[in-house]
Amino acid sequence: MSRGGFTSVALAVGRRNVHNYFTNPAMIIPGLLFPLFFFTAFAGGLSRVDSVPGFDYAAGYTAFVYGFVLLQASAFGGIFTGFSIARDFESGFSRRLMLAAPRRSGIIAGYWIAAVTRALFNMLMITVVALVAGLEIAGGPVDLIGLYTLALLVNAGALLFGSGIAMRLRTMQAGPAMQVPVFLILFLAPVWVPYDLLAGWVHAAATVNPTTLALEASRGFIAGDPTKVLPAFAVALVLAAVSILWARGGLRSAERAA
Amino acid sequence: MRRSTLALQVGMLARRSVVRTFRQPAMIVPALLFPLMLLAINSSGLDSATSLPGFPTDSYFQFALAIAFVQGALFSANSAGTNVSADVETGFLNRLSLTPLRRVALLLGQLAGILALGLIQALTFLGVGVVFGAGIEAGLPGALVIVAMSLLISLGFGCIGAFVALRTGSGEAVQGIFPLLFAALFLSSMALPRNLIENSWFQTIADWNPVSYMLEGIRSLVITGWDGEALALGFACAGGVALLALAATTSALRTRMART
Repeated sequence: MSRGGFTSVALAVGRRNVHNYFTNPAMIIPGLLFPLFFFTAFAGGLSRVDSVPGFDYAAGYTAFVYGFVLLQASAFGGIFTGFSIARDFESGFSRRLMLAAPRRSGIIAGYWIAAVTRALFNMLMITVVALVAGLEIAGGPVDLIGLYTLALLVNAGALLFGSGIAMRLRTMQAGPAMQVPVFLILFLAPVWVPYDLLAGWVHAAATVNPTTLALEASRGFIAGDPTKVLPAFAVALVLAAVSILWARGGLRSAERAA
Repeated sequence: MRRSTLALQVGMLARRSVVRTFRQPAMIVPALLFPLMLLAINSSGLDSATSLPGFPTDSYFQFALAIAFVQGALFSANSAGTNVSADVETGFLNRLSLTPLRRVALLLGQLAGILALGLIQALTFLGVGVVFGAGIEAGLPGALVIVAMSLLISLGFGCIGAFVALRTGSGEAVQGIFPLLFAALFLSSMALPRNLIENSWFQTIADWNPVSYMLEGIRSLVITGWDGEALALGFACAGGVALLALAATTSALRTRMART
């Protein structure tokens, strides 16, 4: 009964949000457009950077940028689902949902289903564009499973972080509070050049930024040369676990306000 | 008498436009913060690109400084468009159309807010550039020219935002053009000089993209000194966009005021 309640709530919330997403271009475009801009502008405009002395990524600059944009698209899938949560609170839908749901943790699981769907769609589109633009993936099937699993962990972390904020603040004005930290943590990493070629304060930030590990592992998978896989997955799992606690706290806060 | 009436009308609407812009931190803060964030991240992240043969300077910060001016100007489109669409949505333009206000006064007044924001942005980016060591090769007169070009670019993008707002009367439509303008910035010589762009399709887009020449005009004053060709192209592109956008906005305003 209890498990059935959780599943039915999760499926209902997930189905509603997936439907809203695919029937509303205004929800599809922002999460997809920015990673595509970054991919086009930097894989196209900066490809010469791979001839900088010390640039040692064998799979080429398109693959190098793809590794970043894939994680970005996945994270945006999570964050933009956080926006949907905030919108549902603002419209009063979530208040009714909280009253009707027998297991409220199923609500977060439902949003997670929507976030995964968004991330998969974003990643599919980015991959198609990248392949058309000449992306060559040297990694085998196991590497690809590792790559996309890591991206989905990043997606889950971003969603849970965003949902914690959305459920605490319950307004669309919380958008920047969700987006800016994720934007910063993504960009304070070796985005355009390998870690060793970073200079100044971004090098220092990238040293302590967990995104650096995820980024290097994803690029390793693409190049067929797995790198820092265990540390990257360990950090991603720890962050996802901390984000679950953060999201549960948000849910409790929303329950108190409901 | 007529001239003084026009000046009075422009003055009142300009004051309203400037005050309204400064009363909205949500418009000013991102317009200053995001270009500076991108500048800070890119200048450290891409500093190694300066070791490419033919790169015009040994400081990527100096190279990237121009991006802040153009990216900041993109926010003018958003700011102007949002303000004008609010005037349409709240019926302010309807009420104005019942008064003897001249259209040119309304247009000039609205543009004052854009220029005020553009001036603050230009001075802030110049200040940050100088403080963090990007010397302006063309000196103080060059800095003044940078401010002038930056204002012209803000005017052009601001008019595009106002045009969309007047044509559609919708704040959402104004938000919708922001990614397109952002794409114009990204598909330019933003990250590397055009002669160092490897992909021919990207180089072709950058060659045809007026934003490349706006960037290169400002960049020339920062890195090279006085480069007549880069400045002429920069001012021609910025002025051309501003002129076209101004003409389109005037036409849209005529239609909007006639409808109301």
